[in-house]
Amino acid sequence: MSETNGHILTVNDLKTYFQTEDGVVKAVDGITFELRKGETIGIVGESGSGKSVTNLSIMRLIPEPPGKIVNGDIIFDGVDVRKLSIEDVRKIRGKRIAMIFQDPMTSLNPFLKISTQLMEVTQLHLGHTKEQAYQHAIKMLETVGIPDAKSRVDGYPHEFSGGMRQRVMIAMALSCQPELLIADEPTTALDVTIQAQILELIKNLKSEFGTSVILITHDLGVVAGMTEKIIVMYAGKVFEIAPTAELFATPANPYTKGLLKSVPDPAHEQGKELYQIPGLPPDVAHLPPGCPFQPRCYRAEEICVQEFPPFVQINENHRSLCHFAKEVYAESIAEKANKSAIV
Amino acid sequence: MNENGNSLISIQNLKVHFNLGGGGIIDRITGGSPVRRVVKAVDGVSLDIKKGETLGLVGESGCGKSTLGKAILRLTEPTGGQVFYNGKDLAHLSTGDMREQRKNLQMIFQDPYASLNPRMTVAQIIGEPIRTFNLKNGKSVEERVQDLMETVGMSRRFVKRYPHEFSGGQRQRIGIARALAVDPEFIVADEPISALDVSIQAQIMNLMEKLQAEKNLTYLFISHDLRAVRHLSDRVAVMYLGKIVELADGKSVYADPLMPYTIALISAVPVPDPEIEAKRERIILTGDVPSPINPPKGCHFNTRCPYAIAECKQIEPLLAEIKPRHYAACIRISPEFPYIEENKQNNLGVIGAGVSEK
Repeated sequence: MSETNGHILTVNDLKTYFQTEDGVVKAVDGITFELRKGETIGIVGESGSGKSVTNLSIMRLIPEPPGKIVNGDIIFDGVDVRKLSIEDVRKIRGKRIAMIFQDPMTSLNPFLKISTQLMEVTQLHLGHTKEQAYQHAIKMLETVGIPDAKSRVDGYPHEFSGGMRQRVMIAMALSCQPELLIADEPTTALDVTIQAQILELIKNLKSEFGTSVILITHDLGVVAGMTEKIIVMYAGKVFEIAPTAELFATPANPYTKGLLKSVPDPAHEQGKELYQIPGLPPDVAHLPPGCPFQPRCYRAEEICVQEFPPFVQINENHRSLCHFAKEVYAESIAEKANKSAIV
Repeated sequence: MNENGNSLISIQNLKVHFNLGGGGIIDRITGGSPVRRVVKAVDGVSLDIKKGETLGLVGESGCGKSTLGKAILRLTEPTGGQVFYNGKDLAHLSTGDMREQRKNLQMIFQDPYASLNPRMTVAQIIGEPIRTFNLKNGKSVEERVQDLMETVGMSRRFVKRYPHEFSGGQRQRIGIARALAVDPEFIVADEPISALDVSIQAQIMNLMEKLQAEKNLTYLFISHDLRAVRHLSDRVAVMYLGKIVELADGKSVYADPLMPYTIALISAVPVPDPEIEAKRERIILTGDVPSPINPPKGCHFNTRCPYAIAECKQIEPLLAEIKPRHYAACIRISPEFPYIEENKQNNLGVIGAGVSEK
């Protein structure tokens, strides 16, 4: 095993392309980030920004063809996942890296008992006997807060509500005490009160087991309270990466700024027009030569149409993909100073 | 709550009950449910919607908010109560008369993918209500369609295209144009933004506000997204298991919620600001929304309520005016003692309005 520097996961210049009738779709195009042990990173973006494909790539779950990881390294605990045989990947998947999907309604098998589905994981990865696995399944259901776990473990998915099913998914994902948990929109299909329960659960389990978490979501509110670091994706590219507090306080990218402003917050007065990013998310198969956000950007100039923007280093942990990153950052700092002056 | 003449729609004790069967002779023989099972999706709702306002309706899935919206327009038949519009009781109109009224009452649907016929062009979709009501004919229909498309921010050139050629946000604009085609007074918007991307949500909300100002529209805005409801609504009604549990102007509901469910609901909404998130104390409700088939006796919320006392299982709370124009349904609060946390500390029992159940 090579040096990991306390990083559980290092993704370096990852590119995942899809061959379609429409041409090559660069779903993920050069993504680099690191995740420390015990850290939670948030990936934010709109549909088609490549956030889910990034994580399917890490798990080696990209359907091939039409998809293909064409470039980059995915170093998980010192091992390059891309270079592993599919058998070796299977040993990691579900055991050391686990995933929770968006839709708890479709990600459980409706024909199998909850117990069967939970036992499968530990029998396969931990070599549990049937009895051990059954007991472990009950223990896991208790851990995720399913009341009366002993009797419910023999139920079928349809007997569980949406929030309960998501708890079962989390129980399944955590049964082997994975080092990395990838949660892809874990609360999007749930009600707010249930969402609060699930987020609280993930937070508690994280501190209990020391699991590192990648949290994918389109909801900036969800990542604000959950993460240490945030990646903002757009059109398959990392547009901005920064520590959570800094990203919200002083964003250095016009897209991030727009996203933050377009969410109505409780202080926002009714009747006042909401900030809106004009236009539509881009068609990733036909990107313009310059900056992909340029047609929707309030700050775009001639250079944005011509040249692809550089990934500007604002400070040690803060980078932004924009020709005017430094200027936008300065703007944000000035706005923040203004705001606190008024308050 | 008859508030005077300026309400456009006045809903009185509206009920929508779905019979699931059971309790009959056949059921007893075949081993079906021994008691009659009824889903009370909407159970005695009274609301006034004023002309030109946006009334927000929030609640979790299964609370009956969509059913209420549909029952107003008779897209689901109400089983009891009245809906007054212009002095007419919509709930008891004949099908033909109701059809005539739909010219003034329209709906925007949640799913922009499922609510447009994939085999019709945009011109046909938006033009259909115009032709149905014989508002225009011949060439002028086309002109009207193109005007409408411009109103909702789409290019006139798209008239010959089919729904699959558009993105979710654009389809929602088509849905809005179709609702506007007959120049309605009142629009029920059932989760119009929840299927859309964040940046597109803001566009659609702004469009809805712009149209309201231009055409003096009245909206019933149904959503589970409390932030969006806060932004758009003049007044907000909170619904739980078929009943309205709190009703006030938007600001009060968010700044000063009174009913325990509303307090918990608002505290559950994540705030896009890490500083606030770190300081906030969140009330995490235990459990799920109970099944509407056999809702808990007394106050429907008593199974999840941190303030529930024994009486909450027997007394059904009534929606009462706790503060001026701020209504809430809870037996542990009253106009003199509006704050439940204080009332709990002072060991106040039943002080609010309610009716005993057997």
